[in-house]
Amino acid sequence: MDIGLGHYLTLAAILFTLGVFGIFLNRKNVIIILMSVELMLLAVNINLVAFSSFLQDLVGQVFAMFVLTVAAAEAAIGLAILVVYFRNRGSIEVEDINLMKG
Amino acid sequence: MIVQAFCFYLFAFITIASGVMVISARNPVHSVLFLILAFFNSAGLFVLLGAEFLAMILVIVYVGAVAVLFLFVVMMLDINFVELREGFLQYMPLGATIGIILLIELLAVLGAWSLSPAGDTISAAPIAADQENTRLLGGVLYTRYIYLFQAAGMILLVAMIGAIVLTHRVREGVRKQKIADQVHRRRDEAVALVKVKSGQGL
Repeated sequence: MDIGLGHYLTLAAILFTLGVFGIFLNRKNVIIILMSVELMLLAVNINLVAFSSFLQDLVGQVFAMFVLTVAAAEAAIGLAILVVYFRNRGSIEVEDINLMKG
Repeated sequence: MIVQAFCFYLFAFITIASGVMVISARNPVHSVLFLILAFFNSAGLFVLLGAEFLAMILVIVYVGAVAVLFLFVVMMLDINFVELREGFLQYMPLGATIGIILLIELLAVLGAWSLSPAGDTISAAPIAADQENTRLLGGVLYTRYIYLFQAAGMILLVAMIGAIVLTHRVREGVRKQKIADQVHRRRDEAVALVKVKSGQGL
């Protein structure tokens, strides 16, 4: 019943796979895709913190904090782009986004 | 020890179950709510791992800010979600294939790796057992990683300015008081002397 590093790594692997799966499954909905990216980053954070805890090294937690910062910035910018795109097009379908080029 | 194992399995199960619900819920509002649940349970896992500060940051920053931002956007945009669900099953085989391949690869890595015996001695910032997590993290973050910390602040500043620039729009045809224009008005722009002959109108 002892919970080791492997348990946490397995959990993070499953969560990361769920994020990748979500991106493929919801190809049309940008909001769900952004949430899937958040899930993947969360899995990465669990990995970092688990290693930090089991190797008795604090740097993993510092790095996890920077990952959190970047994830927050990414969510803000992504949602801002989404709002602007919705104003222009009236929908958020991913397949139309390549109309924005140029 | 048995309590710890029970807590781990509880948090892990709820995290994964809510992760599944995030990607498969019909209504995106429900997706966001399940995302919040996943974050809460991950915070519980962080507490189990002894990273209390990160757990609280996860609750405050993610649940309090990012997930609520998602919720706002989902609720503000008038989107036909049924239309967006089309093709859900069409992409299922491809997504499942890639997902399963990725999971098998990750688990293969997991089964094969082992820690170097020197791993304990090369710790960059060892965790002292007698001090609390927040104090230790602050001690490392504000000294050795101060430049990275400042860079993270700059990233947030750039993201904030970028989000404001992207979403701000100047609407035409709205009359607003512009203080700067009023202050900079000159006398000769505003007043004109007209000599009017007596007995005539202007």
